[in-house]
Amino acid sequence: MKQFIAFVKKEFHHIMRDNRTLLIILGMPVVEILLFGFAINMEVQDIRVAFYDPTPDDFTTGIAERIRQNSYFNYQGKMQSMEEMEESMRKGKLDLAVVFPQKFQESMVHSGKAAVQLLSNSSDPNRGSISVTYASAIIAGFQQEQADLIQIPFRIETENRMIYNPLMKSSYMFVPGIMGLVLMIICTIMTSVSIVREKERGTMEVLLASPLKQGTMIFAKTIPYMVISFIDFIIILLLSYFVLGVPVNGSLLLLFLVAILYITLTLSYGLTVSTLVDKQVNAVIFSATTAMIPVLMLSGMIFPIDNMPMVLQTLSAIVPARWFIEAVRKVMIQGLGITMIWKEMLILIGMILFLLGVTIAKTKKRLE
Amino acid sequence: MKTLKFLIEKEFKQMFRNPLIPKMIVMYPIMVLLLFPWAVSFEIKNIRIDVVDHSKSTYSRRLTDKIEASRYFILNDTPPDYRTAMLNMEHGETDMILEIPSSFDVDLVKNKASGVGMAVNSVNGTQGLLGSNYIMQIVNDLSSELRAELMHTLPPQSRASMIRMPQIDIVPQYKFNPSLDYKNFMIPGFMVLLLTLICGILPALNIVMEKENGTIQQINVTPVNRIHFILAKLIPFWVVGLVVMIISVSAAYLLYGLWPVGSVMAVLFSAIVFILSISGLGLIISNYSETMQQASFLVMFFILILILLGGMFTPVSSMPAWAQLIAVINPFNYLTDTFRMLYLNGSKLADVTGNLLALGVIAIVLNGWAVFSYKKRG
Amino acid sequence: MSVKVIEVSGLTKKFGNFTAVDHITFDVEEGEIFGFLGANGAGKTTAMQMLCGISMPTAGAGTVAGYDIIKENELIKRNIGYMSQKFSLYEDLRVWENIRLFGGIYGLSDKVIATKTNALLEKLNFQKERNTLVKYLPLGWKQKLAFSVAIFHEPKIVFLDEPTGGVDPAMRRQFWEMIYEAADQGITVFVTTHYMDEAEYCNRVSIMVDGHIDALDTPAALRRQFSADSMDEVFRQLARKAKRGD
Repeated sequence: MKQFIAFVKKEFHHIMRDNRTLLIILGMPVVEILLFGFAINMEVQDIRVAFYDPTPDDFTTGIAERIRQNSYFNYQGKMQSMEEMEESMRKGKLDLAVVFPQKFQESMVHSGKAAVQLLSNSSDPNRGSISVTYASAIIAGFQQEQADLIQIPFRIETENRMIYNPLMKSSYMFVPGIMGLVLMIICTIMTSVSIVREKERGTMEVLLASPLKQGTMIFAKTIPYMVISFIDFIIILLLSYFVLGVPVNGSLLLLFLVAILYITLTLSYGLTVSTLVDKQVNAVIFSATTAMIPVLMLSGMIFPIDNMPMVLQTLSAIVPARWFIEAVRKVMIQGLGITMIWKEMLILIGMILFLLGVTIAKTKKRLE
Repeated sequence: MKTLKFLIEKEFKQMFRNPLIPKMIVMYPIMVLLLFPWAVSFEIKNIRIDVVDHSKSTYSRRLTDKIEASRYFILNDTPPDYRTAMLNMEHGETDMILEIPSSFDVDLVKNKASGVGMAVNSVNGTQGLLGSNYIMQIVNDLSSELRAELMHTLPPQSRASMIRMPQIDIVPQYKFNPSLDYKNFMIPGFMVLLLTLICGILPALNIVMEKENGTIQQINVTPVNRIHFILAKLIPFWVVGLVVMIISVSAAYLLYGLWPVGSVMAVLFSAIVFILSISGLGLIISNYSETMQQASFLVMFFILILILLGGMFTPVSSMPAWAQLIAVINPFNYLTDTFRMLYLNGSKLADVTGNLLALGVIAIVLNGWAVFSYKKRG
Repeated sequence: MSVKVIEVSGLTKKFGNFTAVDHITFDVEEGEIFGFLGANGAGKTTAMQMLCGISMPTAGAGTVAGYDIIKENELIKRNIGYMSQKFSLYEDLRVWENIRLFGGIYGLSDKVIATKTNALLEKLNFQKERNTLVKYLPLGWKQKLAFSVAIFHEPKIVFLDEPTGGVDPAMRRQFWEMIYEAADQGITVFVTTHYMDEAEYCNRVSIMVDGHIDALDTPAALRRQFSADSMDEVFRQLARKAKRGD
């Protein structure tokens, strides 16, 4: 036990002396959470729209006016020809073109209908279809007004309330994801590089008297990292709450518990990685490639898991961040209690046990 | 100049003696492009909705049926009151609630107008907006249907006035991506991501490794010109980057049939300019780091920022002004934009010169800095 | 009159408040084997790094191989060889590849490198290890190889920083035989060490204590001066005053 504490102390000293690394580890999450919290906005905005209106009338002007005044749209002017519009779009300068036919109002008044073409730049299909949806909603609103004017029957109004997120900030969805991503990257690299370093230097072999000793030493090594990571988590949490305005609707204690589980998990993953590689470079490569892209893509932090094909949904289940993010979203934003996240917590614990098991097995093998 | 030859030889040999690197260069792009494009979609489908129907009338039931039939929604439950529905939402079982008042039918018939209330879980803001828009569409559809039916019941002479109900047909055309396939949009982004990771991380670790094992001192004692030294470090990564690019372009074609509508040479050329800049960044980090840990944290820090603010996952146009300023010096942003234009918009090389120039400037600045910050004498 | 290949006056290196090298003055003659002795932490490596042009002096002046160490440090590098404490060969390159690399860096042509490599491997009896990665060589062989690489381009002076650390005395003796050979060929050898018995192998030695040179002469003269039986004894007398080091 005494030796254990000695190990831990030595490790702490070692880390404290390395000011620069410490600064980076503590500063990195701060900068990133602020940057991403404020900058990332999943909403489609600034839709550059232009109109092609050969025979302007009250209706077309009315519709154009409404679109122009909508804050999601950025009015680019009137196009003189379809060719002009196509070129503008091809050059990436135009997102949406609203094309009115000739004598729009006349058709509407005489036959009750007319068509509007919406050409949207859909290289980004999300942006493309949402631009169309927004514009359609505005046009539908115009249509409704006309209907109201002549007291058309069967008018149904919809009243809308946004829950949990009255300002609809993307940060609510994104912040738990950033937490998961940053913690995963930091913890995995921290442990794996630090242990592989000793492997490379050969200092590891000296202490490798027995598996128990090595286990103790490794455990001692991870304790300071656990503390630092937890501090990181608290920093991220404070920034999210006070600066980004993300609520903490649930129990703080529960949140901490989830964080501790996740941190333990990511550190364990770092340990596992350290048993798989023997050069520091490779530890970093391995950590970076497995900690970053799968988390970005499959954890649900950006792309909804439900939409993915089954293969990927299954893969997503083994991405630890996915469960962390779900639990955090539920506790932080929805304010739910432990009964609602027992599944996530159990899975996190299971993963920890699995990774530690693999680490121990591989270490034993190496000693033989 | 001849020293350069010897140094480059050494770098390549070392690179290939590392068991992981050659594998990574070939396998990783293939794996990434094989798997991850399938994960992307923002299409909001399967929004779970609870309908609280206080009226339980013909019209309200029709509305509920339409919602159930819609491909955007999954009817989760029809609870008796709003409170139960809210509980469902809190438990994460539903995303939206539609409440139909008890007087729905009566109001529609007597006063020709009524209203419904929506409550939307907007943790996902876009889902919230779209969900409400979809409901509004469905509601409008119902109104139109009801009017059409009414019209048929009217005597012919009264129909005329109804015929003139305003109806605007919206004809959408989704240019450059008619199938609205998100993969096409994301795959160029993945290519940039691969280049960033491979050509950003490896150089960053390279010089630090020599610092840590002492060989850098041996080099500093020789008359080796620091420009040659840095060039020798960079060139292998340029080659690696090009190889990764070729593999990516081929994989995109073989797996997804995606080939640049513009010129593929333009794609490769832009990639090269980008690689020049990102590897320069890696080396700068390497120069300023004393240990591998420092270097790896620093490089991951920068790479994350480049990627997340680079327009791959969220549009640059949606960002606040100051963040868009960052985009101006973000090479990731320029290459993603360039690739997308070349791949999807059919842009020509001329259309992307602006981006390429920016990338070129960034590359010159970063590489210059890398040379300048390498000191042979401490 | 022998040529002075190293001349140093008032050479100083400070790191913040810490003075690692404190106004040292000495010179080295062509063809000498000059031992730069001192305890660990006395400042030997720092001093050597200034002479090799990889550390900027805080104060003082000097020339190495006729070139000014402050203004012409890159020119110095063309005329010297260096072997650092960590032996600084590339562990993941083969024996012949290391030789080729440094030969090429110093401007030797492919043909010359090939010929000389064969000769060298022959002499050291290393032919079998030609293709071995350096990391698999035993320590003593690494040292010999590192030294050979350092003088491969036949420099005027070779700087050796603690070249014999960690091997048994027999190995160390073999190593010193190589040093003698090099000196016989006219290469000046500047070697730091904390093994006092190796001092006997040198023409002249200096002993650094706490950053300054407290003794400079032939080993025999120093033994007389300090009435000591061995250089070890000389050193211990000097070291008693020391604040830094072992």
